[in-house]
Amino acid sequence: MSLCLQARQLACERDDRWLFQGLDLEVRSGEIVRIEGPNGSGKTSLLKILSGQLSDYQGELFWNGAAMNEAREHFLANLLYLGHAPGIKSGLSPLENLAWYQALSGESGNEEQRLEALERVGLAGFEDVPAGQLSAGQQRRVALARLTLTPRALWVLDEPFTAIDRHGVADLERQLVAHAQAGGCVLVTTHHELTASPLLRRISLG
Amino acid sequence: MPLREHNGGLMTAVKATLVRDLTLLLRRRGEVLNPLVFFALVITLFPIAISPDPELLAVIAPGLLWVAALLAALLSLDSLFRSDYDDGSLEQLLLAPQPLVALSLAKVAVHWLLTGLPLALMAPILGIMLALPAGSYAVLALSLALGTASLSLIGAIGAALTVGLARGGVLLSLLVLPLYIPVLIFGAGAVQAAIFGEGVSAHLAILGALLAASLMLAPWAIAASLRISING
Amino acid sequence: MWAFIHKLGSPKWFYGISAKLQPWFWAAAALLIVTGSLWGLAFAPADYQQGNSFRIIYVHVPAAFLAQSIFIAMAVSGLVFMVWKIKVADMAAAVMAPLGAAMTFVALFSGAVWGVPTWGTWWMWDARLTSMLILLFLYLGVIALRGAFTSRDSASRAASVLAMVGVINIPIIKYSVDWWYTLHQPASFTLTSRPAMPTEMWLPLVIMVLGFYCFFIALTLMRTRSEILRREANKRWVQELVTGQVVKVPAEEAR
Repeated sequence: MSLCLQARQLACERDDRWLFQGLDLEVRSGEIVRIEGPNGSGKTSLLKILSGQLSDYQGELFWNGAAMNEAREHFLANLLYLGHAPGIKSGLSPLENLAWYQALSGESGNEEQRLEALERVGLAGFEDVPAGQLSAGQQRRVALARLTLTPRALWVLDEPFTAIDRHGVADLERQLVAHAQAGGCVLVTTHHELTASPLLRRISLG
Repeated sequence: MPLREHNGGLMTAVKATLVRDLTLLLRRRGEVLNPLVFFALVITLFPIAISPDPELLAVIAPGLLWVAALLAALLSLDSLFRSDYDDGSLEQLLLAPQPLVALSLAKVAVHWLLTGLPLALMAPILGIMLALPAGSYAVLALSLALGTASLSLIGAIGAALTVGLARGGVLLSLLVLPLYIPVLIFGAGAVQAAIFGEGVSAHLAILGALLAASLMLAPWAIAASLRISING
Repeated sequence: MWAFIHKLGSPKWFYGISAKLQPWFWAAAALLIVTGSLWGLAFAPADYQQGNSFRIIYVHVPAAFLAQSIFIAMAVSGLVFMVWKIKVADMAAAVMAPLGAAMTFVALFSGAVWGVPTWGTWWMWDARLTSMLILLFLYLGVIALRGAFTSRDSASRAASVLAMVGVINIPIIKYSVDWWYTLHQPASFTLTSRPAMPTEMWLPLVIMVLGFYCFFIALTLMRTRSEILRREANKRWVQELVTGQVVKVPAEEAR
């Protein structure tokens, strides 16, 4: 089954200023959609609306043809959202952080999976270090480990390239393309220029 | 890539959240100890400020103990959601395919376990120092254990409403202290009734009823408030 | 029904209809308050126990009524705003809060003044006054919370939730304070809970209460209207209203 997220006549008003109006948008399996626009054009707000965090918008959202408020549970079960902040607890080790994220979606998982996911993002050997002692880039990598640990069809990534090194950027880019090729879907905002790919589509705001 | 069906796992998520918050707080013991030290300190101030006369202290002890415990519990409320908000895990909590009501209830439960319960257990020791008449110690601990659970629940609404504000601490006290008054009345009343040798079951029953009502209503308000705060 | 609710929710429509309603409420308020005060202060008989000092109830009681009603009205507006996303409801709630706090203060102040001849002191921890004081703190909390947010949308929502939480708690607070009072100061003299007030005394009171309500409605309409203008200042209809000509508003065209 393929996925399809649709927005019709989306408009968002923050404190009497229209961030965007009349936005129609459709994302499907096998696509990487990059949301572009200058600072303050509402990229983050749009991602928050599309990931079901902001309820303060006009227009309609559909998940696989069903209205979002009816399909919300199914939608959330297939969504992986990474925001500006990595969402990593500095008092917990990377392993413990990942265990919580796995459990949040109802899976108990096991240690091997988590170790493997950490190795995948180049954090082998840092499993039990408190995340507070890791660099910003390493913390971001812990968050990115969730991409492999908890596979979800729809990725909504807000500036995922922040703080990671060139090598990591290339890795992540390959991962995004592989995800789309496997039938997944990526919605992303970034200041980093993505390598052109037939799967990549751009949407401009502002 | 196949789509997944939402397959429950609520208990897994709630349990993991409990374990996570307990681990975090136990690793920073200071945050658990501070309210207890504050409680002891405030209680020390009263005999110094008023009089060391045990007879006078015995009269005001129930009220003092309850007010000081209430303020101590309030002290740690601001951090309930603050660090989750700052590091972005609150967003993730809201996006979990689990009811936010249940997850936030787990967080409040941890707050009570590591703040309200220790305060209740410590109160009898401070009661001795205030010459609290014998026979009321068990009631003191029990009323505090019951009452602080309601305080954690009601306070969490305020904490959730102010978590997005840079300096929410003082505002938080302003919002929740008026709502604490019924709990204070029946909590301190229970201890006083025990001193006068009256039945305390009515007081404790009302404290229980307040807790039941908070348990039913507060989680919804907490969840709604968290959604508001995350919108910034 | 839906269409009606949303029509009511349109600030422009509300602005128009409130302009028509407002004078009637002002007139009624003036008439009732003047009649009530004259009757209550000059013609109603003096109380056999308290003499003329009882006449302060003609201010105290309406203010206390209003203080509680406004909180309920504010919470209901908050609910309407949260459920149907009607902005006018939130604007009304925003202007009601300071009004309610002012009424609570009037009730407290008049109660304190009344305390001097009756109790011989400015303040007693009387059940009613204590509840009123707590109500004042609840109002201040709502006002402070609304002021603390930088985003007005979030401020509106947060204030609505707090008002609803408060309104659920008000009866609980009231009953527990009453219970506390009877436990600690049994059978002392309470304000206003007097049996068998003669008709000449309570009729002016009823008139004053009605007058205060009309005053509150008129004032809320007036302040909501200015709030509408303030918040909708960049909308076309407001600019046309103010300048008296057709304007093209760039803010609405862009984006």
